[in-house]
Amino acid sequence: MTEEIIIAGFGGQGVLSMGKILAYSGMMQDMEVSWMPSYGPEMRGGTANVTVILSTDRINSPILNEFDTAIILNQQSLDKFEPLIKPGGILLYDNSGITRFPGRKDIKIYCVEATEEASRMSMVKTFNMIVLGAYLKIQPFVKLENVLKGIAKSLPPRHHHTIPMNNDAIIRGMEIVTQENK
Amino acid sequence: MPELKLMKGNEAIAEAAIRAGADGYFGYPITPQSEILEYLMVEDAHKRTGMVILQAESELAAINMVYGAACTGKKIMTSSSSPGISLMQEGISYIAGAELPCLIVNVVRGGPGLGTIQPSQADYFQSVKGGGHGDYRLIVLAPASVQEMSDFVPLGFDLAFKYRIPVLILSDGVIGQMMEKVDLFDQVPRATEFDQSWVLSGKTHDRPKNTITSLDLEALDMEKHNHHLQAKYKLIEQNEVRYEEILCDDAEFIFIAYGASARICQKATQLARDKGLKVGLFRPITLFPFPKKEIFARSEKLKAILSVEMSAGQMIEDIQLATKFRVKSEHFGRYGGVIHSPSEVLEAMENLIKSCDNGNK
Amino acid sequence: METNNIISPENLVYKKTSLLTDKILTFCPGCGHGTTHRIVMEVVDEMGIQSEVIGVAPVGCSVLAYDFMNIDMVGAAHGRAPAVATGIKRVYPEKFVFTYQGDGDLAAIGTSETIHACNRGENITIVFINNGIYGMTGGQMAPTSLEGMKTSTSPYGRNVETMGYPLKITDLIARLEGVYYVSRQAVHTAAAVRKAKKAIRIAFENQKLKKGVSFVEIVSNCNSNWKQSPVKANQWMEENMFPYYPLGDIKVGGVLV
Repeated sequence: MTEEIIIAGFGGQGVLSMGKILAYSGMMQDMEVSWMPSYGPEMRGGTANVTVILSTDRINSPILNEFDTAIILNQQSLDKFEPLIKPGGILLYDNSGITRFPGRKDIKIYCVEATEEASRMSMVKTFNMIVLGAYLKIQPFVKLENVLKGIAKSLPPRHHHTIPMNNDAIIRGMEIVTQENK
Repeated sequence: MPELKLMKGNEAIAEAAIRAGADGYFGYPITPQSEILEYLMVEDAHKRTGMVILQAESELAAINMVYGAACTGKKIMTSSSSPGISLMQEGISYIAGAELPCLIVNVVRGGPGLGTIQPSQADYFQSVKGGGHGDYRLIVLAPASVQEMSDFVPLGFDLAFKYRIPVLILSDGVIGQMMEKVDLFDQVPRATEFDQSWVLSGKTHDRPKNTITSLDLEALDMEKHNHHLQAKYKLIEQNEVRYEEILCDDAEFIFIAYGASARICQKATQLARDKGLKVGLFRPITLFPFPKKEIFARSEKLKAILSVEMSAGQMIEDIQLATKFRVKSEHFGRYGGVIHSPSEVLEAMENLIKSCDNGNK
Repeated sequence: METNNIISPENLVYKKTSLLTDKILTFCPGCGHGTTHRIVMEVVDEMGIQSEVIGVAPVGCSVLAYDFMNIDMVGAAHGRAPAVATGIKRVYPEKFVFTYQGDGDLAAIGTSETIHACNRGENITIVFINNGIYGMTGGQMAPTSLEGMKTSTSPYGRNVETMGYPLKITDLIARLEGVYYVSRQAVHTAAAVRKAKKAIRIAFENQKLKKGVSFVEIVSNCNSNWKQSPVKANQWMEENMFPYYPLGDIKVGGVLV
């Protein structure tokens, strides 16, 4: 099994850290993992993206031009990455601020209203964990217990008190994700 | 105890430096490798092993601190990225001339000039042909994974001391910035078993003074010193060639690529095999010494070689020399900070295959 | 008196320290380098620290200092001696580490390394020979060349409007927190040599205190490139160099004098 994922959005949305948690989670499940960020001055405010690969085999290229799954958090990223999803692949997006909606017929499209849900839960910081929960619901390659271990590995100990909050956000994401086309 | 960790390539280099028992690191911040210095500071390497960490005022100062510290026979290293490595060339030439062991890491970014902070492999010529003034070489190791970023640190120190030569780890922004699993080796004590008779430690009555210099005003003596250096490089070419082959046995066409490009070509190789194309990947691990003989030996049974590098085509020249032009070899690569995708690389290979087929008709 | 009687041991009034090698000095007659080499080595000898000293030679007339000084030494690239010394001292803090540099090396091409090594308070000794000219390359203008001074690259005299002012680098670095001791001396008379040697001794002893850089400037001559006889050159130095670069302690025990 190999799952090639792109996560893309604005800098500050927790794109890179979501990718990191996913990679750590895969590692906790004895998978091969890679995490390749876009890096540079665009990271705050501009667009940020990260390629995460989870695999049961040795990973070859950390650089990809098509993806099994795209997790999209803003319009620019949707425009850029929707065409790069493999036929039969998955698009998961947060609809906040989206005006040009995805239209491909050969992929499965899921929506998670994570921005809205995060502000409703007054937990803006766990926005990316709501999105991660939605992803884990759609592609349950990694068990929740390993994700929680991954979060513990990824966060410095002084932030470990936030793990239960992140757990709640992941569960919430799993609950609210909806498929838009069938 | 070996430990499995998820790390960036840059972090793996830094952790490996501590574990390999390095005595000193002197560096200056530059993207995309600043994590190395940051990691050494955060980890408080000095507390862990007594390793000295110093942020210099420039790359020029950093490499000269390396030069001084390496005179003492200790394990000393620095790291930088392309523009900073250019600035270090003065010191590297002196270190090569004075035959000091040290480890230099270049996490390459796009150039020329200030260029870009995105990944590149356009420092190949600078790395394998010397880089600064004078006739000299460095041993150049090209890691293609975070694991190798870690493993090549102790290997680099071993080679540096074995031959009294600066060893360069030629990485790039992809391998430096990406995270992968890495199996960390055990902590090694800060000590070296290599010959220390030449080091500066203070002249004692029982030995003559030691002098370290790259200067000899007598041209004939300088020529003699150059002969000695060249003999050493020959020996290194005989003994230290390293490479990896993937699906090369029955291959009619091969990619030759190192570092991040090798990883991308590995995917393209797999995609090509899925299409029934007899494609393989030859990955030089040492760029100096370059696996000339090995490539020459394989060239006879090949229809063509595609050299893939994030550059305008530098390694291709060494491939053409290695094959003595016996087999068609071409270059493909994006550059200036752009990373070629697996499908672009595959397409270039398919075009090459097509051109060979047409040639045969 | 027979020659043999004259050189008999009881008539010995001066002996070269064994810390200078038997290699014949290549400096021009009348140059201050030879004397400065000697007093630096005498200090090392008298302190009994030959096995604890590592020296850094510069690029310039004293590039071959390691041939004359019987100690472990390294030749640095032009201007980089303070960085090289930093590298040595940081991994070998228990050793005595010094650089020996000229004005072009220390105050032009190596200004950055000088300032930053001083500012970091490296526990090293810097011996700085200032003769206001590039000697080895044949008499070009140095950062410390005086206003109006004729050199091969200021043949009509240093014009400060286009060539800048003579750099008082020693006064500059004396202001830095990392610098513990600064003294400006000369070696053109016996009395001056005695004072200079005392200053160099302090500069080496200070390394034990770990309080930062100790810096001794030696204002010297370059009779060959000044195109003067040795005697005339020393006179000219007294009349022109000393007023601009006055001798004496500038910073002692971390306090400006």
